[in-house]
Amino acid sequence: MRFLPSTEQRAFADSLTALLTAADTPSVVRDWSRGDQTGGRALWSRLTEAGVFALAVPEGYEGMGPRPVELAVAFVELGRHAVPGPLVETVTAATLLAALDDPGPAERLLPALVSGKSAATVARGGYALDADAADVRLRVSGPESAAAPNRAAESAAELRLAPAPGLPRPSLDPARRLFPLPPGGELLAAGPQVTAAMADALRIARLTTAAQALGVGLALLDRTVAYVRQRTQFGVPIGSFQAVKHQLADAKIALEFARPLVLGAALTMTGQDIAAAKVTACEAAYATARTALQLHGAIGYTAEYDLSLWLTKARALRTAWGSPDECRAAVLGNGDRPQWW
Amino acid sequence: MDLAFTQEEEAFRAEARTWLNAHVPSTPLPSLETEEGFAAHRAWEAELAADRWSVVDWPAVYGGRDAGLVRWLLFEEEYYAAGAPGRVGQNGVSLLAPTLFDHGTEDQRARVLPPMATGEVVWAQAWSEPEAGSDLASLRSRAVRTAGGWLLSGQKTWSSRAAFADRAFGLFRSDPQPAKPHQGLTYVMFDLRAPGVTVRPIRRLDGRPAFAELFLDEVFVPDEDVIGEPGQGWRVAMSTAGNERGLTLRSPGRFLAGAGRLCALWRAQGSPDAVRHRVADALIGARAYQLFTYAAASRHLDGAVLGPESSLNKVFWSEYDIALTETALDILDAADEPADTEWAERYVFALAGPIYAGTNEIQRDIIAERLLGLPKGRR
Repeated sequence: MRFLPSTEQRAFADSLTALLTAADTPSVVRDWSRGDQTGGRALWSRLTEAGVFALAVPEGYEGMGPRPVELAVAFVELGRHAVPGPLVETVTAATLLAALDDPGPAERLLPALVSGKSAATVARGGYALDADAADVRLRVSGPESAAAPNRAAESAAELRLAPAPGLPRPSLDPARRLFPLPPGGELLAAGPQVTAAMADALRIARLTTAAQALGVGLALLDRTVAYVRQRTQFGVPIGSFQAVKHQLADAKIALEFARPLVLGAALTMTGQDIAAAKVTACEAAYATARTALQLHGAIGYTAEYDLSLWLTKARALRTAWGSPDECRAAVLGNGDRPQWW
Repeated sequence: MDLAFTQEEEAFRAEARTWLNAHVPSTPLPSLETEEGFAAHRAWEAELAADRWSVVDWPAVYGGRDAGLVRWLLFEEEYYAAGAPGRVGQNGVSLLAPTLFDHGTEDQRARVLPPMATGEVVWAQAWSEPEAGSDLASLRSRAVRTAGGWLLSGQKTWSSRAAFADRAFGLFRSDPQPAKPHQGLTYVMFDLRAPGVTVRPIRRLDGRPAFAELFLDEVFVPDEDVIGEPGQGWRVAMSTAGNERGLTLRSPGRFLAGAGRLCALWRAQGSPDAVRHRVADALIGARAYQLFTYAAASRHLDGAVLGPESSLNKVFWSEYDIALTETALDILDAADEPADTEWAERYVFALAGPIYAGTNEIQRDIIAERLLGLPKGRR
């Protein structure tokens, strides 16, 4: 038992942070929100070179994965820097394709995800994130979870490559562009294999969303700590007030207890651990967002100030790929207690 | 990075489980905050000690198994999963013993630790005083030099377990006019039945004498019962406070077992929807605390000194414990039955968590100032 990131894993996180700090992500995010993907695509190439997407793709399809721990480590940094784009969706699509019994779709589509030629998005009935930026647009219909088997519905499950999307709907997080996918499109796979593969993909989606949310929360805390140290009222920094300190201490506690859940879930990859990580990291990030807004005051409530880029993302990630309610239900399971003791 | 245990660690876990299954009393012992319960828990400590399960992480020479931190965590998981009794010796084992390992003499360890391990001598803590809660530096009880030792005078309060315990440890002011309030304190061990000691039990919310007030009138303490250098008691005590808040006071095993029992209670009452989220959160919180502790233990084994981060643990487990036991009481009330005495007692015990071992307000100040780097201010 050595439950700490290795030297290599820490070095990987540090190299991503260095890359992302140099990339001026706030301006990339703002451009992305307006539909200008130039900066975002350049950043996507750098992340691909760093191997982020290859971590989700098995070696048989030119990837280095699946390596959930490294993916979690990477997604914490992506969240910390508010990187835009279908990040979670691309690794989810990769997992989904690789998990099909039929290797055809994976052989055809995965190498382009590893090389960065393609980004992917996945929709399960609702909206597809950033579908205009994704070349691989997957739509899954039918049951999503193998946890509730229903033979008739399972055999009706379909995975299709969707046609080009129409116009996006605005999202609470302007950097997350939500597209309804048009019906039809090429059928890639059907039947129970789609249901089973989607269950695997959902685990990766929830894990990376949790990691991303943790990074968002950590960034919100760091920025707020820096702000309350320099902002003065009544002649002293507001960070010297106990009421301010205690809110930030609570944010720190929530995030520091989410971190081991995220890393632990990446190690065990059980549905219960992943759901626990998702609900905890997202709730911690969201609570930190509320605290960050309160302690920044009016400046935090403006779109012009960069804090908003993390604030809105914390809210959006909370429901992405499984609401707190769904995740708590997954922790409770269907009568079995989690195997934690 | 891994969560796997070695074959030896798993074998240790299995041995502990086997022993506990064979020895844990089939009916719960009476509350350890009663005279009868205190005696029953003392006897349980002796039973544990007879097979060297009472202090598994201690060196064998004092009655332990040299088990180390990881095995101690595994033992605790098994201990609480087996539904074994609460530990009457906890004050001594988790607070005084680490201090003796770090600052005590060989003679002190040889005299104090073995009877602590068997429950023959049960220790109470004597930190708090009237007018001095979490502000330990304002202590006023005195230690005055005398031939061969010190004379203790003054008043201590909120002394956990002191109603029935044998001995106590705490800080006394040996220099009445130090340059700074943290200086001139001396860390001593004394006998609760020595001449000059009056113990007045204090009843907590449920009427049980879980703590006591101590009145000390020139109580003699020999030099050999001073821990560390006279006047250096603050420094000695601070190394213990980290233990109290951090790894050893509340092991994850306690909360994992508690969450499991809560879940079983919830299902037995028909899985009511009203508390579904809270039951899920109890399970999640227990897992989070377990993994957080594994990470802290890993850092410790890598040689890191666990400092202010123990304040994160303390706030987390103390608030978690209340949420857990409150949920159980709500389920029992909703089932239109009287609150089960075991959960009610746990709840009353949990309510004190945010108050003792340094209030949670103090812990949040430590987190803000020492982990987040915020400026000191008026409290």
